[in-house]
Amino acid sequence: MNNILEVKNLKTYFPVREGVIRKTVGYVRAVDDVSFDVKPRRVFALVGESGCGKSTTGLSVVRLIKPTSGQIIFEGEDLSKLSEEQMRLKRRDMQFIFQNPYASLNPRMNVYQLLAEPLKTHFNLSPKEQDKKILDMLDKIGMTEDQLWRYPHQFSGGQKQRISIARALITKPRFVVADEPVSALDVSIQAQVINLLIALQKEMQLSMVFISHDLNVVRFISQDLAVMYLGSIMERGDTRLIYEHPMHPYSRALLDAVPKLEPGKKQKRSHLKGEVPNPANPPKGCPFSPRCERAKDICFKEKPQLLEYKDRFVACHYPLED
Amino acid sequence: MENLIEIKGLRISTLRKKETVRLLDKVDLNIAPGECLGIVGESGCGKSITANSLMGLLPYPLSVTSGTALFNSPKFSEVDLFSCPKEVMRQIRGSEISMIFQEPMTSLDPIFTVEDQMKEALEFHFPNMSEKEKIKRCKDVLRQVNIPRIDQTLKSYPHQLSGGQLQRIMIAIALINSPKLLIADEPTTALDVTIQAQILDLINTLQEEKGASVIMITHDLGVIAETSDRVAVFYSGHIVEEAPVAELFEKPAHPYTQGLLKSIYSLNLEGDTLFSIPGSVPLGGELKPHCRFYDRCEKRQDRCLKGLPALVEIAPKHKCRCFLHSEEEEK
Repeated sequence: MNNILEVKNLKTYFPVREGVIRKTVGYVRAVDDVSFDVKPRRVFALVGESGCGKSTTGLSVVRLIKPTSGQIIFEGEDLSKLSEEQMRLKRRDMQFIFQNPYASLNPRMNVYQLLAEPLKTHFNLSPKEQDKKILDMLDKIGMTEDQLWRYPHQFSGGQKQRISIARALITKPRFVVADEPVSALDVSIQAQVINLLIALQKEMQLSMVFISHDLNVVRFISQDLAVMYLGSIMERGDTRLIYEHPMHPYSRALLDAVPKLEPGKKQKRSHLKGEVPNPANPPKGCPFSPRCERAKDICFKEKPQLLEYKDRFVACHYPLED
Repeated sequence: MENLIEIKGLRISTLRKKETVRLLDKVDLNIAPGECLGIVGESGCGKSITANSLMGLLPYPLSVTSGTALFNSPKFSEVDLFSCPKEVMRQIRGSEISMIFQEPMTSLDPIFTVEDQMKEALEFHFPNMSEKEKIKRCKDVLRQVNIPRIDQTLKSYPHQLSGGQLQRIMIAIALINSPKLLIADEPTTALDVTIQAQILDLINTLQEEKGASVIMITHDLGVIAETSDRVAVFYSGHIVEEAPVAELFEKPAHPYTQGLLKSIYSLNLEGDTLFSIPGSVPLGGELKPHCRFYDRCEKRQDRCLKGLPALVEIAPKHKCRCFLHSEEEEK
């Protein structure tokens, strides 16, 4: 058993309903045949533009959204075969950190209650043990005991996100999905939260799926990477390798679009034209073909498979060679 | 006046429990014709209210309590934007100074078509323009901002278009009267990187072609590097550093700017931890009498608690507000 999590052919479709009787007229293929593995104690990143299905993938993996089909194997056990109750117990080991700390913390609960809630759900602890765990966790996120009785509105965005992280990690999970944990924070605060997340990941030997649209953060935090576009993985492999030599034209375009910190060079990039197509009506063939400069006839007809090619997986008929 | 706009001693205050709270303190800024000035800062530092005050769009209870903003208007010659009659401001707003707002999804009216909203700007400033001419003008600007299927777009409602397209339409509306000054308040924050790249290139080319001045407000130093000629760094209601863009990135003088750049650069380096500025972003209105970055500063000294440093020129065109570079105090 090498992998803590194996996702095989995951599909999550949402029905599109129309008319008075809400008849299903089609499906939005939010996640369309996605496979990947997460290795123990490593960070696996999912990147892509908004609407590419990265958040839906994350939610499907912990079954907060029920996938349409596919297997999610967590520590050798297929999650799709578990009952609701069995899945509820599993969530002790697989947690989720949400995007917006301003919205994901209950404003009527103080820090103590927020941190006690997951413990009450998953463990049967004596009050003393519970308090000890809460104080331990509080120390780990760099907060003090006197902040324990405050409510979320009394904290800044960075502190709220620390509390969210503490809430997810207090049950000592082995696997965490972090969905854009820093994108709602100010620039100078992002670095603090990323440092905390990395330190805790190392200390608690966590495996993590890190979802982000910020390519700089992803390069820093992750070891493995998958680039998603319109519900499918376009390129998957070692993070550093893909950053240095992207082989899929979409990965290349995404990396080119990141603003460079070199003032004075108002360079003209070969940037992407157009926008992400409607996932309810995806293009035939390669999903990227309408925006791709290198698209040839076959790209419009046949969807490329994600195949192993030079130490990584690429879904392209004509991968970039240089 | 050489500059297009000269802001002097701008102060903005708000009312909190019947007391005046200062949000912005003694901001001086000049913008030359054809120049792109970048304003960076974190949430609550006063960058957006600076822009809104120039447009006369400060919401109650915010108000400009002192300062002048001399604008070199082609129509009225020199005008002080803060004290001019409302009618003059109305003539300037939308024709000589226009603004691109932060969230294109919420700043267009959902119950009017794109055509209606674009023509509104023309109807006010050119009441005698014929319908045909208006449509032609709308189509011209939409073409400049690279909107595909122009006829169809004109007839659509905002919800039928994507975020990137809406932002292009916002830019088109801002450009329809060929303004002298374009204020872009976080124009790409709500957009994806690939769309952001398109929009930034668009603003760059339009600025070059039309020779308009741009104020680019953002929290992203990458966006500043791609667009601006000169940068003003805001922190807690005032400017802490002002410099030409290349100099700011090469030789940042203020510890806050240095920290910001370091934390971004360290993302690209190998290593286990990122450089981070400790502490949290000050809330709007918490203006301290001493150096406002003191709590988070790596290089703080006792000196820094005794007074507020002045914004002093430390190199040609490079100003910084820190006792490390000058002993001068703010009066």
